Parts: sequence; C-alpha cells; structure tokens
Amino acid sequence: MTQITPPAISMRAATKKFATPGGSAFTALLDVDLEVARGEFVSIVGPTGCGKSTALSLISGLEPATSGTTEVNGKAVTGIPEGVGYMFQTDAVLPWKNVLDNVAIGLRYRKVDRDEARQRARQWIDRVGLTGFEDRYPHQLSGGMRKRVAMAQTLITEPSLLLLDEPFGALDVQTRELMQDELLRLWSGTGAAVVFVTHDLTEAISLADRVFVMTAGPATIRDVVTIDLPRPRKVEEIRLTPAFTTLYRRVWDSLREEVEITRARGAVRVA
Amino acid sequence: MLPETSTATLTTTATGATPTHPRRSGFLGALIHGRGSRSSLFVNAVRAALVFLWLGSWELTARTIIDPFFYSMPSQIWAKLVTWFTVGTSQGTIWVNISITLQEAVLGFFIGSLAGIVLGILLGRSPFFADVLAPFIKGANAIPRIVLASLFVIWFGLGMSSKVATAVVLVFFAVFFNAFQGAREVDKVLVDNARILGASRWDLMRTIILPSATSWILASLHVAFGFALIGAIVGEFTGADKGLGLLINHSQGNFDAAGIYAGMVITTVIALVAEYLLTKVELRLTAWRPPTTTSTAAGL
Repeated sequence: MTQITPPAISMRAATKKFATPGGSAFTALLDVDLEVARGEFVSIVGPTGCGKSTALSLISGLEPATSGTTEVNGKAVTGIPEGVGYMFQTDAVLPWKNVLDNVAIGLRYRKVDRDEARQRARQWIDRVGLTGFEDRYPHQLSGGMRKRVAMAQTLITEPSLLLLDEPFGALDVQTRELMQDELLRLWSGTGAAVVFVTHDLTEAISLADRVFVMTAGPATIRDVVTIDLPRPRKVEEIRLTPAFTTLYRRVWDSLREEVEITRARGAVRVA
Repeated sequence: MLPETSTATLTTTATGATPTHPRRSGFLGALIHGRGSRSSLFVNAVRAALVFLWLGSWELTARTIIDPFFYSMPSQIWAKLVTWFTVGTSQGTIWVNISITLQEAVLGFFIGSLAGIVLGILLGRSPFFADVLAPFIKGANAIPRIVLASLFVIWFGLGMSSKVATAVVLVFFAVFFNAFQGAREVDKVLVDNARILGASRWDLMRTIILPSATSWILASLHVAFGFALIGAIVGEFTGADKGLGLLINHSQGNFDAAGIYAGMVITTVIALVAEYLLTKVELRLTAWRPPTTTSTAAGL
C-alpha cells in the first residue's frame, strides 16, 4: 500500500477522434490533461459543442479514448469504473417505472434484494424531497422533480466520483438555482469528487473548487481557475459578493476568446 | 460508425404497423370501448342505421333484382349459421371446426411472435449481424409466403402442424420488423445510464430494451393475430380434414355462397374477440404511459 492515495481522475494527453460520415476524422478532444483530487468539486466550462461531454464519456468509460491515458482512482479506465455516477443532460429516468423503482434500479442491478433496495430508495426519495411521490410515473412529474429522481437514482449507488453533464440545463432559472443548492447539500460530507460540465459561468463558479476552461474544438484545457470562496455556499447569495465578481471576470476573460472563435466558425457555417 | 445505411434498409416493414396508443387503438377500439359520452349514443345510432341500411338493401335487392344464388343474402347466411350451430356442418359440429382453426391460429401466433420478438431484438441490437442478414431477410420477406402453405401440406401432412407452420411464417415477419425497429430506436441515454448504474447485458435487455420496444411489438401483434388466422384458414383451404377454411372451401365446391359468407362471419367474430383481448393486454402493459386526448378517428 502506498501512502499517497491516487487522485479521483487523472487524464494524460487524452485525445478522442470520431469518424465523420465523410470519412475524415473529427478531433473532439486534443491532449487533455486533467487531474481531480478526491472530494474535489471541479467545473468544466467551454464554448458550446467544444467536447466537454466527450471528456465525461472518456472518464466514465462509455467511450474509449483514441490515445492518451485516463485513470479513475488510480486504475486505468477500460470499462465502466467502479464507483462512478453520471447524470445526463437529458432525462434518463425510465418512463415505465415509478419513482420508487427508478431510484432503486441501480441497487437492483447490483443484486441487492428487492425489499432492501426499496427501503434504501425510500430514504433517498426523502433526501431529495420527493416523499409522497413514490408511486408516480415520470410523466406525472415536473422537470425539476424528474431531475430529483435522476439525482437520487445516481446517488443511491454512493459514487466516489460524480460526473454531471449540464444536468440542470433544461430547467427554468429558479428551479435551477434550487437544484444547485440541493446538489451542494447532498454532496457535502460524501467525500465524492465531482466533475460538473456546464456552459453557464455563474453555475460553474458558484459550485466548484476549481474551474477548468476549455478551448473551442478540438477541446483542450486552456486555463484553470481556483475558486477560493468559502463553503457551505448558498448559490443565490454567493454570486452577489465582490469576490465572486472578480472570479467571474477572471474566468470570462479566459473564455471570451474561445467563445468568439466558436461564434466566428458558426458565422462562417451560416454564411 | 454503425452501418446505419445498410441496416436501415431492413426496416421496410411487412405490415406498416406502427405503435399507436392503446387508448386510441382505432376504429376497433372505438367500437369495443365506446366513447362514454353523450355523443357516443348518437354515433352508435348512426352506425346501427348504416348496418340496417346495408343489410336491408342487400336483402331487398337479392329478393328482387340480383340472383341470390351467386350473391346470397343476409337471411340465407343467417339460416346457414343457425344450421351450423344447431344441426352441425358436413365436417362435424361447428365447435370442433372453430376450435381446430383457433388452435392453429393461436399456436402459430405464439410461436411466430416469440421468434419474431427474440430475433428482432437480437438483430436490432447487433448491427453486424443485422448487416449480414439484411439481404436474406428482405428476400424471405419478398417471397409470397402464402404459397408455402402448399409446401407445408406436403411436408407436414393434412393435420394441424402444416397450418401452424403457415401461420408462423406469416406472423413472424410482421412481428420481427417491428421488434427490430423498436430495439434500434431505444434512447441511447437510457442505455448509457443503465450501464453506469451497473446493468449487465441481460439487465439491459430485460429492463431497458424490451420495455422500450414494447409499444412497437404490441402494435405489430394486432396485425399478427389477423395474419395467424389467415395462415390457418389458407392452410386449411390448401388441404385439411377439419377447420373453418375447409368449410369455406367445401361451400365453394358446392356453389354455396351463403356458406362462404357464414365462414367469413365466424372468422370475423374470432378476430374481433382476439383484438379485444389484445387491447386489454396492451393497456395493462402500457399503464405507465401518459393518457392522450387524441380522438379515436386519428387511430383509423
């Protein structure tokens, strides 16, 4: 046993290329180096469509890297690593299962027996504030409530590494802020490392310990900004502080150029 | 990366059955469930009037202008049905004949759908095999499969098995193409999410892919039972010692138009009852779906 525990994520020169329908290769990620410590909350921001999500699919093992290495908790990623949770941008709750069985499903996959799985699911449903909705089907819930189900479904497996891909992007502003606070509340004390992908700077800064800024595609890490705001945080209050504004300016200065590149490309495509 | 173009060509469906919501499962659904509103009374009254007009004009013209020997008429058909159910048919009691045809159709339906579902889902989830088998399946689908009934009589004899085989080949393709399409259209996010949550390959099949494909499969089962009945009856037509198809065939041989119609009426009733039962099963399996407010006419 080594004294130093390996980091939650360690990416070295990770590159991902896709074959385009035309037959040429499209590079989504290029030489990405990324290290996330255990228990650390990291946000990744970047221009729209730059390859942020691709980084998550490499870490989660859903897609293999073209070259470079990715390690999760010190082990090279070959399949889906142990202890990874992933919240997707779009709804991933099963429409044909009610809330209780949706939350319990991860435990059922892990061969926990039905009664115990349901009992633990009830605790998580309580923790995300959905008590009384156990028997509802997803189509009977609001967008915010479905996100709570997804959150409970992911967190019940007690991941040591939580990957979130713009999980609140589709929600209205008030619900989004509420869910951000909920996320911080549920995360605090778990010791889980979090990678939160978003294109919303305010969201990125108010949640994270460090913000990674990515370049316009092919994406690589352009800048890393440490967010030394005190915890516990209240997202709607922290963004009014002068320290927050300074950090926001710092991150935006870094991102602006990349956003402009993306916009220029978009303009060329439109024209 | 997936051979989208080549596998997509496999999806030329044999039946054109697409998932419909069970609560608006078309004309039949409306007939069976009614609408439960005040307007339903009016709708049903108009329907009854149409049936009365149709049968009445047929009866009237058959008694005056047209020759009932060729075209028969409702009263003769009714008399034939009464004879079949009280006295019996040339091939024994009507119940024996119905039960034989029904057994063939139900057996063919179950074997054919099961094979269609299993193979459809497996091929739907493995682009490589779908790609390899695509031309063969399209070829097999292009064969006028009803002709196989003749071959099956030679292979399996005059008993039930040759009719079951005919029903199976008809049902299989109807279900296969829908199961295939349903398995291909599973939301990728649902699959990824389940994999992250620790689902094994079998878990994925059972909890994600099969439920996702269910509405596609159920839509095809409605058509499939009709095909099973056709398979059984055509099989009996080709060569049998009992069954509704044989009764119809005998009526044809005796220039007994009323007998042909009577056979059709009984077959239709069987098909409607089966449709009713299938709708019940469908509603139960898809209870999780949001209710829609689409009018029944949309399901026509």
